[in-house]
Amino acid sequence: MTTESIATERASQGRAFYRSQVFRRQMILAALVLALFFSLCVDLALGPARYSLGEVIAALFTPDNVSQQARVILWEIRMPVALMALVVGASLSVAGAQMQTILSNPLASPFTLGISAGASFGAALGLAFGVAIIPTAIEYVVPINAFLMAMVTAFLIHALSLKRGVTVETIVLLGIAMVFIFNSLMALIQFFASQQAVAAVVFWTMGSLTKATWPKFWIALGVLATVMPLLARHGWALTAMRLGDAKAESMGVRPRSLRLEVLVLVSLLAAIAVAFVGTIGFIGLVGPHIARILLGEDQRFFLPGSALCGALILSVGSVISKIIIPGTIIPIGIITSLVGIPFFLFLVLNHKKASW
Amino acid sequence: MVTLQLNHVSARYGRHPIVQDITTPCFQGGQVVALLGPNAAGKSTLFRRILGLLKGEGEVAISGTNAERPVAYMPQETGAKAVLTVYESVLLARMQGRSLKVQAADLAQVDRALSELNISALGERDIGDLSGGQRQLVSAAQALVQEPDILMLDEPTSALDLNRQINLLGVLRRLADERNMLIMVALHDLGHALRFADAAMMLENGRLIACGPTADVITPTLLRQVYRVEARIEPCSKGRLQLIVEEAV
Repeated sequence: MTTESIATERASQGRAFYRSQVFRRQMILAALVLALFFSLCVDLALGPARYSLGEVIAALFTPDNVSQQARVILWEIRMPVALMALVVGASLSVAGAQMQTILSNPLASPFTLGISAGASFGAALGLAFGVAIIPTAIEYVVPINAFLMAMVTAFLIHALSLKRGVTVETIVLLGIAMVFIFNSLMALIQFFASQQAVAAVVFWTMGSLTKATWPKFWIALGVLATVMPLLARHGWALTAMRLGDAKAESMGVRPRSLRLEVLVLVSLLAAIAVAFVGTIGFIGLVGPHIARILLGEDQRFFLPGSALCGALILSVGSVISKIIIPGTIIPIGIITSLVGIPFFLFLVLNHKKASW
Repeated sequence: MVTLQLNHVSARYGRHPIVQDITTPCFQGGQVVALLGPNAAGKSTLFRRILGLLKGEGEVAISGTNAERPVAYMPQETGAKAVLTVYESVLLARMQGRSLKVQAADLAQVDRALSELNISALGERDIGDLSGGQRQLVSAAQALVQEPDILMLDEPTSALDLNRQINLLGVLRRLADERNMLIMVALHDLGHALRFADAAMMLENGRLIACGPTADVITPTLLRQVYRVEARIEPCSKGRLQLIVEEAV
């Protein structure tokens, strides 16, 4: 065999391996979609009135063939909550994935950058003192306060990161500073608030899907559906960001402007999610890491993979929150951390390759 | 044929000028130009200025090319943190600014770049698992796969063993000769520059102090002035010029 033919064979081996890798990832994404559908059906089936999976599927695809009561319970009561779990899980996970990517930090998430803490402070203002940052219907005071404070936090970080000499490490430190500031302000609110208000604030910070409604779901979905293509458009550039700014620049990426654009987009995602369901810290941190272990960091797979992993974790969390104590729905934020962290540790410790 | 000429080019980081008033003759495709100078002379900054990553006075005139991105740059940093295989990381460099759909022609270019640098066997490996030298070759492949008319490499041989140094520089020489690429390469080994480069630019403290045919730039006088070494340049038995360093002064 000549040197040239050996080189050609090796080249075709590389291409064949790449193609098999792409196929494997497409299969993993398909498996995640199937798992998500199954989890959604189980989530819909569980509740005070239990339905079989067959009844749920019938209600989904041929609603005229199920009873009026089942239709109302499944479509009007449970569906917005179950779908909200998917959208919020996907939003938080995508937000965390891109924060980790642009800041090159495995600990980055909406939590770490203070966006969730800002939202909690906004919500606490409404819950404890009835303060509406902008006048609105009572039902929307808490989510709008939370959203506005989350965005204020994001823009504060954004504005500070524009200063000359500010590095990605500085941005993470700014985020941590925000967390401490808002935690102190929250403590101050709780110190002055009534016992009843403190209980409401604490419950809100645990995160809950039970206040989901169709309008809230459509808003969250609309934001997610708008942001995802904008992020996907930068797929190659975002993947290159993980090689470091110098390498990314050498490939034609402009890291600074890309970082700022993505920071704004993911802040919007995180702010909407947190505003509607409260603080759920675990998803934004761990969803992307699971996606990274399963799919690598090519954003063509990592981005949808992060969304699917986040949606799946929250949907499974929603199922577990219903079955752990029959008749009681435990706040979702507690469940996702308690059940998800052992699973995450299992994946990390059993994964042969480095996942960061 | 692609040409590159610098006219009174300067570059600064913040208020600090790093590269000042550099003017060169018109370099052409088919040439290998060695960028020489001690540490912190401004070589990397000049590359970044040519690439448009830094602003400054003067003009970087590139002509004779229809390529969308005529210049590819291999920085010193090799970026090994991402969870990507070698094949993916080279494809990534190829796909910047293109659609998300990978075409067969893109994969063919990746194969070609890996093959040209004799690293096809590394395709399936994770970049984080590679040695420093292997990473440097992958980094060179990432620049090459962009099919540039001008290829700039910042100390591409610094982590390579002697065999791979000669191989890589041989590949660069061949790319200049066969594909009419203009190659600009920052080197610390002046012997390599004498052997592989047609022309050289010597930088010191951000200023160009000599520019021209390699043998006219690498002289005992200039080596004493810039590198503070006593050295001779003599032809070997095969007639090639070689550098013999006597001592540091």
